[in-house]
Amino acid sequence: MRVAPAQLLRFLTTRLLSSAVVLLGVLVVVFALVHLVPGDPVRLALGTRYTPEAYEALRAASGLDRSLPEQFASYLGHALTGDLGVSFRNGQPVTTTLLQRLPATLSLAITGLVIALVISVPAGVYSALREGRVSDMIVRLTSQFGVSVPDFWLGMLLISLFSVTLGLLPASGYVALTDDPVGWLRQVTLPGVTVGLVAGAIMTRYIRAAVIDVASAGYIRTAVSKGLPRRVVVSRHIVRGALVPVLTIAGIQLATILGGVIVVEVVFAWPGLGRLVYDAVAARDYPLIQGAVLLVAVMFIVVNLIVDVLYAVVDPRIRAA
Amino acid sequence: MSILRVRDLRVAIGATEIVKGVDFEVDRGQTLGIVGESGSGKSMTVLAATGLIDAPARRVTGSSLLQIASRDAPVELVGATDRTLRSVHGDAMGFVFQDPSTSLNPYLTVGRQIAESLEVHRGLTRRAAHNRSIALLESVGIPDAGARVDAYPHQFSGGQRQRVMIAIALACDPALLIADEPTTALDVTTQAQIIDLVQRLQHDRGAAVVWISHDLGVIGQVADEVLVLRHGETVEQRPLAEVYDDPRHVYTKELLAARPRVVAAGGPASEPGAGPLLEVAELDVRFAVQTPAGRRTVHAVDGVSFTVRRGTTLALVGESGSGKSTIANALTGLVRPHAGAATLADAEGPGVRDVLRAKRRDRRRIAMVFQDPFASIDPRRTVADTVAEPLRVHRLGGATPAARAARVRELLELVDLDPAFAARYPHELSGGQRQRVSIARALALEPELVILDEATASLDVSVQARILALLRRLQVEQGLTYLFIAHDLAIVQQMSHEVVVLRGGKVVEAAPAAELFAHPREEYTRALLAAVPPERPRVRS
Amino acid sequence: MSQNTAPRTGGSPAPAAPSARLAPWRLFAANPLTVAAAIALAVVVLASVLAPWIAPAGINEIDISRALAPPGPDHWFGTDELGRDVFSRVLLAGSTSLTIAVMAVTIALVLGLVIGIVAGYAGGWADAALMRVVDVMFAFPVLLLALAIIAIFQPGMLTTTIAIGVVYTPIFARVVRASTLSLRTAPFVQVSQTMGTPAASILRRHVLPNIGGPVVVQTSLSLAFAILSEAALSFLGLGIQPPSPSWGGMLFTAQGFLAQAWWMSVFPGAAIFVTALAFTLLGDGLRDGLDPRQRTIIEARHGERRRERVAAALARAGRGRTDQTAGGER
Repeated sequence: MRVAPAQLLRFLTTRLLSSAVVLLGVLVVVFALVHLVPGDPVRLALGTRYTPEAYEALRAASGLDRSLPEQFASYLGHALTGDLGVSFRNGQPVTTTLLQRLPATLSLAITGLVIALVISVPAGVYSALREGRVSDMIVRLTSQFGVSVPDFWLGMLLISLFSVTLGLLPASGYVALTDDPVGWLRQVTLPGVTVGLVAGAIMTRYIRAAVIDVASAGYIRTAVSKGLPRRVVVSRHIVRGALVPVLTIAGIQLATILGGVIVVEVVFAWPGLGRLVYDAVAARDYPLIQGAVLLVAVMFIVVNLIVDVLYAVVDPRIRAA
Repeated sequence: MSILRVRDLRVAIGATEIVKGVDFEVDRGQTLGIVGESGSGKSMTVLAATGLIDAPARRVTGSSLLQIASRDAPVELVGATDRTLRSVHGDAMGFVFQDPSTSLNPYLTVGRQIAESLEVHRGLTRRAAHNRSIALLESVGIPDAGARVDAYPHQFSGGQRQRVMIAIALACDPALLIADEPTTALDVTTQAQIIDLVQRLQHDRGAAVVWISHDLGVIGQVADEVLVLRHGETVEQRPLAEVYDDPRHVYTKELLAARPRVVAAGGPASEPGAGPLLEVAELDVRFAVQTPAGRRTVHAVDGVSFTVRRGTTLALVGESGSGKSTIANALTGLVRPHAGAATLADAEGPGVRDVLRAKRRDRRRIAMVFQDPFASIDPRRTVADTVAEPLRVHRLGGATPAARAARVRELLELVDLDPAFAARYPHELSGGQRQRVSIARALALEPELVILDEATASLDVSVQARILALLRRLQVEQGLTYLFIAHDLAIVQQMSHEVVVLRGGKVVEAAPAAELFAHPREEYTRALLAAVPPERPRVRS
Repeated sequence: MSQNTAPRTGGSPAPAAPSARLAPWRLFAANPLTVAAAIALAVVVLASVLAPWIAPAGINEIDISRALAPPGPDHWFGTDELGRDVFSRVLLAGSTSLTIAVMAVTIALVLGLVIGIVAGYAGGWADAALMRVVDVMFAFPVLLLALAIIAIFQPGMLTTTIAIGVVYTPIFARVVRASTLSLRTAPFVQVSQTMGTPAASILRRHVLPNIGGPVVVQTSLSLAFAILSEAALSFLGLGIQPPSPSWGGMLFTAQGFLAQAWWMSVFPGAAIFVTALAFTLLGDGLRDGLDPRQRTIIEARHGERRRERVAAALARAGRGRTDQTAGGER
């Protein structure tokens, strides 16, 4: 693989800097979220447990007694070192709680993404290559259905069918992958399929559009004019050309999945970040909400950085002058 | 012996018939030139005849027989199975397409793309194919082939990419080479090199060549036999010399007459004593270009100076990257120059007005006509609206809408368009008609200087001739001054009083047109002139 | 830059024979799915608007004695755990959901238009700054950000609308910016700039009319997603608050009765599904209508069908008419 080191370094540095700027913006937004709360967040969080002492203690602990810029600087400093404060509800460090629940969400999100890719890449490519024909129409219609179905409804229907009626799979519960892979697989199937089907439908549409775009490029006609077998034209030329947009889509979809698992985790009682946020919102536990939102945004930024690096691997125009 | 024999070829897309019964054949060692303007169906004909067509809802009828040495019976290509077609594509037939920047896969090395056909058709191993690719790159004139074989297409220039395309097409030593407008997107000097290369390779291998072009000059250099197409029908099919010396059909005569040529004493009469209108001094323009890898600075215009005299035409000539369009953009305020000055002589008094930092009022004095007739007019506005825009912005042509409408009609007549066109939309007009609208819009400004940036480069030859005639007439009648930007030296000679030759952002030579064409001083100017396809076709052995 | 970047054009008008060019609405109508979607949407909107009059029961007509009754002649969609008529509640919930979706997308559209046009047309630091802001907003998953916003301000119809609107602005901004960017370098816009046309005039007369297409497509698709987002928020209890009925809220309650009362989950979910599907199909149909490649496919198919009809008509007309030409086919 040809690489021009200076150019590649420049590219990666630019992307890193860009990500850093977005990260800063994210931190500002997350910080602002809590400080936009009308009324007194500490009082609201304490609710019925309010006592003047508890109020002062919580207020000091949350640093809400200092000026705004001071608070932001302090928040920034803490956040960058991994300290996201303490939960209003149970006093546990937010970071610890988040990290406890992260594996569950990750295993669900990745399962969903894998299922989505397995569905969407073949379907998108197949449909794009048969553009205008009946098989294309069918794939399009199916993906339009998939995009329009509410994920929580789909989850409920799947539970209704597979758990209640057929009794094949569990409706809720969680087993860690590291503890019992088979058990985990049983538990993750229904929620994973729910996430995967909807994400798959969305991705099929994008992949189809990307492949149609590439298939009409001049170099595809050149490849055909060489008399190459169809299989080679598709795999070596068309798919290769569509890799960059597909990578982009996969990256963005991961973000959507990370946010969308909230509802699925609620339906399936899956103890992940989504469920955590849901409970935190109900309890007005602002530090926890803040921390969870920040974590998800950071994951999104990291995923996109990885996608950027993969661009450089795939596209020689980026890595070699 | 015919390599390819086509009889009664018909192609229809949906309800429209594009090709209406065309016959031709090509022999070993021969070149058939297929010439036609846009809409003539020349590409469609050849794509259908070679089984490469892929437009949706197409129907192809007729016969196209390919004679391959290794088989006794010729292969019928019309209606052939995919398998049959795949076996001849790349093996018995090689293809070179028009646009080198999109015809090569940007993600694969050049060597890989050449080696593919060798692996598939000749069963070579990776290594053997790789070595053969190096040899092929050498034969098409790529220097340092051993190292370049692992480079990617974006690392080559346009001309070099076209050489790579030729190497790909000839990899399996095909009996037939199809070249679809292979030099249209290239500079005129590169075009000459590619023409030489193809002819040399053809001579060495004895292949038959089908060369498609809209340019009669190019056809005159490459073809043995010429097929003229129009609206999908054969107009004339004769040996080269006969087509040029004794054209039978009216259309062929029209094409030949419309073709711009560099002639001994061509060009408009000189305008003695005209004072300077536009003075450009040490214009310098630099761009920051954003590539995927970071920013680069391009020095597009480097210390260019020239003077345009009132009522005359000054031509800026150069190949791509010479900076000629950038100069125009700087003069009209689309681009901010790094340094330099440009001033317009004041019509009333002796003073001059700065052009580069002109206010809106002064923008009226320079009008611009762009190259692309499709993109130069807002597709959602009527012709009247487009032509009236300058009137609205600068409050010309009268105070009332009725007065302005009358002025619009007047302007349309001035450019030989029926005033009824005012209510039409751009998609209802042809390319030539759209350019006339662009010219009318430019005239609506009542400008002192009109910049024509490759204004006829996208038009068919016959249409171009008419538009150029219109421009010359308007210059004489209205006393207009033109800054004429072009790469085609023949039309430059027709239109200009003075010529400035640009290369890489710098002025190479500047002289009155007559002098430049008769006695070019610089080597580069001579090379440009030499590369222009000659008036008389080359007699080939 | 290549010399001849524009396609060569000649003396005849650009389009093919007149019979092959179809008016936009014709293209739109050529796809039966899109027509079906438009009709379905009209039905949904009509039903929602007329709901207060056509619903057999009210929002909260509790009748425990008839709780969890399956669908039947009295209750087309059955009853829920409090004996309320599911059909009526589904109908009445429709108007709230649709209102929120439309209002939210309008907010997103207007904000996105402003941001996108400024960023795309002005370029430079304005573009860079605005796009960084959009990038930051994109880093937050839609639902999460909406949740956070609603968590801060109290849940309710207004908050939900604003949350969804804010969260969907980035996509509109990006779409508008992309279109504006490509227009900014279009020769006809550059010509206007060279002749000194004021920027506001260029934006109004040249840019806005030409970005209409992608914006309309995005609007339709965003409406579909807005319906889904509102349903999800109501499902989580953070959207429309009881006693106002919402499809999402009905589904949340239905979770507890999955085994006993399938009708409680199927019908509200189907309502969300059908509405979102109609918007999606509409958006796709519009996108196809605007895409030149699809146009050719549709026009070609249209031409073929016409030819077949004419041929069939001729065949039916009998053999004695062989001298009659198939008018207007070529």
